[in-house]
Amino acid sequence: MPEDYRDEVLSRRWFLTATAGAAGAVIASAASAETLADVPDRGPGADLGAHSERSRFAKLDRIPESTPGKRNIDPSDAINSKTPHQKLVGNITPTDLHYERSHSGVPDIDPTQHRLLIHGMVGKPLVFSVDDLRRMPSITRIVFIECTGNGWENWKKADPEVTVQNTHGLVSTNEWTGVPLKFLVDLVARDKGANWMLAEGGDGAGVDRSIPLTEEIMNEAFVAYGQNGEPLRPAHGFPMRLLMPGFEGNLHIKWLRRLKFGAAPWMTRWETARYTQLLADGKARQFQLRMETNSVITQPSGMMQIQPGYNRISGLAWSGHGKIAKVEISTDGARTWKQAQLTQPVLSKAQVRFQMDWVWDGKPTKIVSRSTDEKGNVQPDRASFIAATGTNALFHYNAQQTWSIDEAGRVRNVLA
Amino acid sequence: MSSHKKLLGTGILAVGLLAAPAIASDFGRPASPQEIKLWDIDVGPDGKGLPDGGGTVVQGKQIFADNCAACHGENGQGGIKDRLVGGQGTLASNMPIKTVGSFWPYATTLFDYIRRAMPYPTPGSLSTDETYAVSAYILSLNGIVPADGKVDRDSLPKIKMPNRDGFVPDPEFDLRQKRK
Repeated sequence: MPEDYRDEVLSRRWFLTATAGAAGAVIASAASAETLADVPDRGPGADLGAHSERSRFAKLDRIPESTPGKRNIDPSDAINSKTPHQKLVGNITPTDLHYERSHSGVPDIDPTQHRLLIHGMVGKPLVFSVDDLRRMPSITRIVFIECTGNGWENWKKADPEVTVQNTHGLVSTNEWTGVPLKFLVDLVARDKGANWMLAEGGDGAGVDRSIPLTEEIMNEAFVAYGQNGEPLRPAHGFPMRLLMPGFEGNLHIKWLRRLKFGAAPWMTRWETARYTQLLADGKARQFQLRMETNSVITQPSGMMQIQPGYNRISGLAWSGHGKIAKVEISTDGARTWKQAQLTQPVLSKAQVRFQMDWVWDGKPTKIVSRSTDEKGNVQPDRASFIAATGTNALFHYNAQQTWSIDEAGRVRNVLA
Repeated sequence: MSSHKKLLGTGILAVGLLAAPAIASDFGRPASPQEIKLWDIDVGPDGKGLPDGGGTVVQGKQIFADNCAACHGENGQGGIKDRLVGGQGTLASNMPIKTVGSFWPYATTLFDYIRRAMPYPTPGSLSTDETYAVSAYILSLNGIVPADGKVDRDSLPKIKMPNRDGFVPDPEFDLRQKRK
């Protein structure tokens, strides 16, 4: 048993003893309703298959969505599909539940016919096949990818009927395998002065973004062909995509087919008309590429109902700046804060699960989390966040998420 | 330094050794200028990448009606997809309307985007001249090009869009500023 987990069990045992009054009553009533005789007999199970499916009792689905607040839509109108964080545990998102944002559907690409062209301000323009990439030295890294629209439900108002899947379902964490960008750049011999790279996808929209080649990006970006140990899923860019740890999801160009080097950004539609953030004065922030320090409580969260007594608070934290240093939780509407435990390992630019024991006294309250990363960036409260950005930015919402709890234990989305 | 960064650093060191020229030449194949031309579709704000050709607002009106109006509305507004026209003066309000006319900083982006991504069901199906013409029409609906005007390779990059100065680049990624 990992040390952190053992500590956690010990603290919980102590906690249950110390609070036997409230928590004990709940457990005793649950236990008296059953005996082991009620558990069905063992017996031979189903045939073994070529791959394993989820239990029929585990209902896990993403939610396809069009614009903010538009749900229960025709699948052909969906522009994204959100991860059910309220039903997940641990740090890694199951592959089929990793959030998806696609701009022109999911192309059906035969990998033997896919090519990656690297050209522009380079000494040797080259064409690579998927097999070429798979033969190269590879790296594997666990990172989060977050759509810049994550959190966009709550810019102007809080819909009390939504879940954390609605508010924060556009971020996920997977393990990705591929070739360092640096390796490819050396192969084509990039010119001095080629400080920008255009990355373009093989989807119908040919989504393309200009990427500034900072030292950090040159050290960390890679072209991935593997996702949680298998080839990328088509929705996530099969057969290859760009991985840009810590940066806007739309920079992780899926179905990657072209990298072009140049001296200045191209000003594509996605980096001018789309993924720019309108401030209150009417000016728009451009190339705001890094995803900020963020966190959200996933259990309990929107539309759940809790009982008085012992409750476990759990959630996810992440930062495009690096590792999460700490997560604090308030159970009294941001008046006082306690430090939560982080589930190991805590990785740079990856989501980490946090948790904390809590005894709810049955009185209405509000719960909220805030994260701090290793660079000292603190997730802002909503009031100061809105004061700095206004309410029109549409993207890059990372204010603290507050859940209100009423006297019946109903958990609801509120602004603060 | 974190242990993760150490690992990554080691990985890059190994990569550096393997990238010695004799081995590197095994990866990929040279790209010929002819085949690069097939895929090299991007257009920069300076007009670099724009092909020969041009089109008029009048021509663009019919092409828009045939290919674009079903989603974007008859006059570039009121459709089921992005509004393309109007909204100037709304960006600092509570209900900003972001269109080609009110928000887009470069006219070259319009040509690039139509050519690569539109019409949605059949991207790339418009000819070069048709793409210029439909760009001209959308610009004219926004009062940026006159109703009897045309755009081509030379004139498109010279158009100063109303919101050209409406963007504030993030200092961290303003590499030109950083070099100075």
